[in-house]
Amino acid sequence: MINLIYLTVLLPLIGFLVNGLFGRKIKNEKVIGIIGSAAVGISFLVVLGAFIQTLGLPAEERSNTVELFTWLRVGGLHIKFAYLVDQLSLTMSLIVTGVGFLIHVYSIGYMHGDKGFWRFFAYLNLFIFAMMNLVLGDNFVVLFLGWEGVGLCSYLLIGFWYDRKFENGTTSQAAKKAFVVNRIGDFGFLLGMFLIYMTFDSLNFNQVFSRAASFPVAESTFGLIALFLFIGATGKSAQIPLFVWLPDAMAGPTPVSALIHAATMVTAGVYMVSRTSILFASAPVIMTLVAVIGLLTALMAATIGLVQNDIKKVLAYSTVSQLGYMFLAAGVGAFSASIFHVMTHAFFKALLFLGAGSVIHGMHHEQNIQKYGGLKKYMPKTYMTFFIATLAITGIPGLSGFFSKDEILWSAYANGGFVFWLIGAITAMLTAFYMFRLVSLTFYGTERFDHHHVHPHESPSLMTVPLMILALLSVVGGYIGIPKVFSGEHGNLFESWLEPIYAPAQAKLATFGSHTHLEEILLMALSVAAALSAIYFALHVYTKKPAIAENVSSRFKGIYNLLLNKYFVDEIYEAGVVQPIQKGSDLFLWKIFDIKIIDGLVNGLAVLVQSGSGIIRKIQNGVTQSYALIMMAGIAVVLLWLILSL
Amino acid sequence: MTQNLFLTYLLLTPIIGSVLVLFFKKEQKQLIRWFGLAVSLVAFVLSLIIYFGFNSADPQFQFVHQVIWIKSLNVSYHVGVDGISLLLVLLTTFLTPLTLLSTWHAIEKNLKLFTFSMLFLEVGMLGVFISLDIFLFYIFWEAMLIPMYFIIGVWGGERRIYAAVKFFIFTMLGSLLMLVAIIWLAVYASNTLGYFTTNLLDLYKVGPTVPHQIQSWMFGAFFLSFAIKVPLFPLHTWLPDAHVEAPTAGSVILAGVLLKMGTYGLVRFCLPLFPQSAVQFAPAISILAVIGIIYGALVSMVQTDMKKLVAYSSVSHLGFVVLGIFAMTVESVQGAVIQMINHGLSTGALFLLVGVLYERTHRRDIAFYGGIAKLVPLYSTVLMIAMLSSIGLPGLNGFVGEFLILIGSFKSSVLNSWTFTIFAASGVIFAAVYMLWMYQRVVFGELKNPALKSELTDMNLREMIVIIPIFVFIVWIGIYPSTFLKLTEASSQAILQQVGMFR
Repeated sequence: MINLIYLTVLLPLIGFLVNGLFGRKIKNEKVIGIIGSAAVGISFLVVLGAFIQTLGLPAEERSNTVELFTWLRVGGLHIKFAYLVDQLSLTMSLIVTGVGFLIHVYSIGYMHGDKGFWRFFAYLNLFIFAMMNLVLGDNFVVLFLGWEGVGLCSYLLIGFWYDRKFENGTTSQAAKKAFVVNRIGDFGFLLGMFLIYMTFDSLNFNQVFSRAASFPVAESTFGLIALFLFIGATGKSAQIPLFVWLPDAMAGPTPVSALIHAATMVTAGVYMVSRTSILFASAPVIMTLVAVIGLLTALMAATIGLVQNDIKKVLAYSTVSQLGYMFLAAGVGAFSASIFHVMTHAFFKALLFLGAGSVIHGMHHEQNIQKYGGLKKYMPKTYMTFFIATLAITGIPGLSGFFSKDEILWSAYANGGFVFWLIGAITAMLTAFYMFRLVSLTFYGTERFDHHHVHPHESPSLMTVPLMILALLSVVGGYIGIPKVFSGEHGNLFESWLEPIYAPAQAKLATFGSHTHLEEILLMALSVAAALSAIYFALHVYTKKPAIAENVSSRFKGIYNLLLNKYFVDEIYEAGVVQPIQKGSDLFLWKIFDIKIIDGLVNGLAVLVQSGSGIIRKIQNGVTQSYALIMMAGIAVVLLWLILSL
Repeated sequence: MTQNLFLTYLLLTPIIGSVLVLFFKKEQKQLIRWFGLAVSLVAFVLSLIIYFGFNSADPQFQFVHQVIWIKSLNVSYHVGVDGISLLLVLLTTFLTPLTLLSTWHAIEKNLKLFTFSMLFLEVGMLGVFISLDIFLFYIFWEAMLIPMYFIIGVWGGERRIYAAVKFFIFTMLGSLLMLVAIIWLAVYASNTLGYFTTNLLDLYKVGPTVPHQIQSWMFGAFFLSFAIKVPLFPLHTWLPDAHVEAPTAGSVILAGVLLKMGTYGLVRFCLPLFPQSAVQFAPAISILAVIGIIYGALVSMVQTDMKKLVAYSSVSHLGFVVLGIFAMTVESVQGAVIQMINHGLSTGALFLLVGVLYERTHRRDIAFYGGIAKLVPLYSTVLMIAMLSSIGLPGLNGFVGEFLILIGSFKSSVLNSWTFTIFAASGVIFAAVYMLWMYQRVVFGELKNPALKSELTDMNLREMIVIIPIFVFIVWIGIYPSTFLKLTEASSQAILQQVGMFR
């Protein structure tokens, strides 16, 4: 199956072409939906086959390359279309195609009746195609192809309802914002690639990584490479300072938010850092930067999430926050923990978004949680699964989120220090609070919607079955990564599986300090206790005493407004970056420099020549037209004569 | 030396065609159209025959045909192609029939003269790309100005005369300096070689021996002429006016092929003839190129006229090409050559598509449109693909060129600084801004102008026939550029060797 891995790229591409070219004519939603879902479903089976086959191989033979054809070959540059099938890419592929398939199926129900049904499935398949290139590419350029490709799909899908309003603007504005902010990151990625090529004379992963371990390269060079790549990652994975596009990306249909803006695409940056772990590990300063940015992003987004009222916005900031955790993990050298969290997060966050979609679907497209309430009895399946996902993200012991989050917090403590752990734990507490605020306002308490117009109902099973599968995964998904403190030295299956990928990086990093098991268990208990108290508090306030919330928000009006307005980051960017560039280009570059100065010079010159020269004056009189015609005809005759007389 | 007549046949085809057009009656419009198309298709087929007979491993000029023309001056009719010129010949013969087809209904006035001019223009362009005698080159270089002057001046928009004259004066100014340099060089050759010659292959040996000070002046004269044609910042202001006033066909050929004559000139003449000066001035020129990339993009961003926006984007794109040429690495020069083709395809397609709207509504201002996606879904998709190609999305053609240019300039020993690449790469951000913004304002949103409902129809079969071949190459170059990179590899290396030999 490993050799067939290209099918996982090819099938979604075919699905895209079929639905994209003929979807409008096919019309039948079932046919379109089945084509789209099957393309991804079969891909999942291929990945699964490759995974099982790889499991059967000895650890040192688990990295295989499947070459297709040469893409770019110029001078010393040799880029192949080739796929790297190893532990890391298989893990990511399983997530992408597995969760992707469930979301495709869900979308058949969710998008039912939409005019652009065929277009939606075409874009989704195109996305899987690009994402698979991203995770499977065996070199930086194929990765970049996928990287930009998923950005395009994100753009197309955020602006899917291109004629709709979104907040103060339109969906297409949100889409453009996403693409442009991502491009700022891509700029960094490109420079990173150039520097890698210059330093290691290759862009092939295996070559670059083995040379990185052996070439005598200055630490500052590694630092720049890692910095450039990390800029790319902050764009795609919505970290400070480039996180601003992700909340706006919620303008897209909800399955898109689940698939692209929660489970898969936004984790591409984490994957990239993880894939290039050796480069990062060789640049300790940048590692610290990654950890700090991750930590700050996690904290900042969580605080914003506390006060948002749009169900998808809360989840969006939650995603930004969770992505911050993943970078925190990578930054402290716990690469496998970051990928572990990518996986568990894919399960529970996809589930949360799909659940939110189910709620929105049942509430006639209302997204304001202040206008929900008591929905538990109307949509029991959605509620149950949403509740499970909430427990998972909150880090309740026994569910998937607990295992991955705990591993991150522990690594932060062991490799980063107490402050890292503390901020991480505070963020976990905030997470528990805003999630239970969300659950309370949506499913518990008084019904605050208009019963005459809104008739909440449970979604069809096409939508609820994927929810249940994801709920199951959110519960059991963590058991492949049980912390060593409970399972012994080789008990963490996930970590052992990925271990060979990170071995070169770990060799460069300082090893874990000596910490006792007692410490680990103590910290674990502390963070769980913090989360539980936050849950209790949130439940208490939002189901029993809503007055407290109002009281607090009015007493701390300044802070409340700051959070509600997302620290005014958008406004600062608009006033500090966007407007100056736009105004400067318009008023100075174009209208003064181009028109007044350059053209002024030229026109002045022309006037000067005109008044001094009879020939040029004739041009202005229009006589030249006949003059030129004669000249042209003359040349034609001369050329003809010349050639015929040869 | 064996003579190969294929290039001469190729050149002769539009010459004979253009002369024959003059014998048609004015009223036989349909016949004239079909005739023009047929002639340009014959030329395309001929160029394909040349392509299949071309040996890309051989860096020498092939299909060479040389006949003494003016004995006393040792000037000869001397044509031949290497990989780079062949690729540009193919671009020319490929775009000309598509352009003629695209204006099937748009040109009614003086159709005979128009077809004549278009075919004559093709002669000029082909001649420029295949001339191996610098005197012959100059004739074609000048000759092609005239039909373009007419195309803008006769079939253009309201301010066509201003634009045509501006175009003419700008380019003429540069050409005259080049003529002086050509004559000087030929005279200099008679001192070193013992005979007066305008044979480019001989001059390749002479140019590098010109004393440093004088070489700088010679280089400058050639460079200025080409830089105006490219156009390189700050010599670009004729371009937006020419584009805006030119009819669609004019814009397509202007962006698609004419501008490439400037960059081709840099590769064919400036680098190998004056290698020392080229190396010496490379950083300064690259600064202008990088300014052009960013400046073009920024000014493009704030345009209100779609054609002007695309025109300024050309300034940006061609900045990449110039940067690639003067970075002088295999990667960057190969990338520059591919980017010449890319720009011809992508920007050609964009002008065609602006023309599609213009033909229906006679409006080009962005604000007039808005929300047309529902009315013209096919058009919207096609425009999206052209736009993505233009902004360099990996998998489409633009990426290949930009990537090679940037990665080549990054490690360039001639430029010897990352700064160029870092600033140039920021162009990928701005490109996304101006293109997506225009797309958003024209295509997305709610329908702004209800009157469009009756005026705007989706793309018809003829328009699709024009655009699909271009898209085939946009995807082909994006996914399998080897076909084209192989063609130009030996030639690019030969030019760099010539430069390297005299550094």
